[in-house]
Amino acid sequence: MEGGVHDTGGRPTTEPIDRTEHELAEWELLTDALVGALSRTGVMNVDELRRGIESMPPDEYRSASYYERWLYSAETILTEKGVLEPGELEARL
Amino acid sequence: MSFEPGQRVRVSAREHRGHHRTPGYLKGRVGTVERCQGSFTNPETRAYGDSGLPKQALYLVRFENGHPVSADIYEHWLEEAE
Repeated sequence: MEGGVHDTGGRPTTEPIDRTEHELAEWELLTDALVGALSRTGVMNVDELRRGIESMPPDEYRSASYYERWLYSAETILTEKGVLEPGELEARL
Repeated sequence: MSFEPGQRVRVSAREHRGHHRTPGYLKGRVGTVERCQGSFTNPETRAYGDSGLPKQALYLVRFENGHPVSADIYEHWLEEAE
């Protein structure tokens, strides 16, 4: 059965697993703190976070880093809930 | 329906388009219940802003065909096998 792009367990691959560590950039720490705060205050939960990640277009999902996926999901879910206006973040950048 | 350690179970292969935690590669596979992990809110409804209640029992299931692997599977994805 074909799952979403995130459902990769058990799929044959010849690619080695990337086990390299990297220092977290400030935006990554902030993203973690932001999503944690949204969760603790009941604005969005971890299951919504995961659903938002899974809704990424497959190519974007594959090329995105861990916290890029979190940011994509937070923006998607917060826009869905009306906390953010569509395009609000781009307009502020 | 609840399951006991040692019981043989099959993971449902049903279609489910929304968010769910059942890995695709285990759908349709038969395994053995190792233990019940407790009951947890249902991510399938909680992912859409719901409370996720009632809680669903979660089982650690061991799959032996091919590379042995154990995975947590929610009760409503398990069927009695054999």
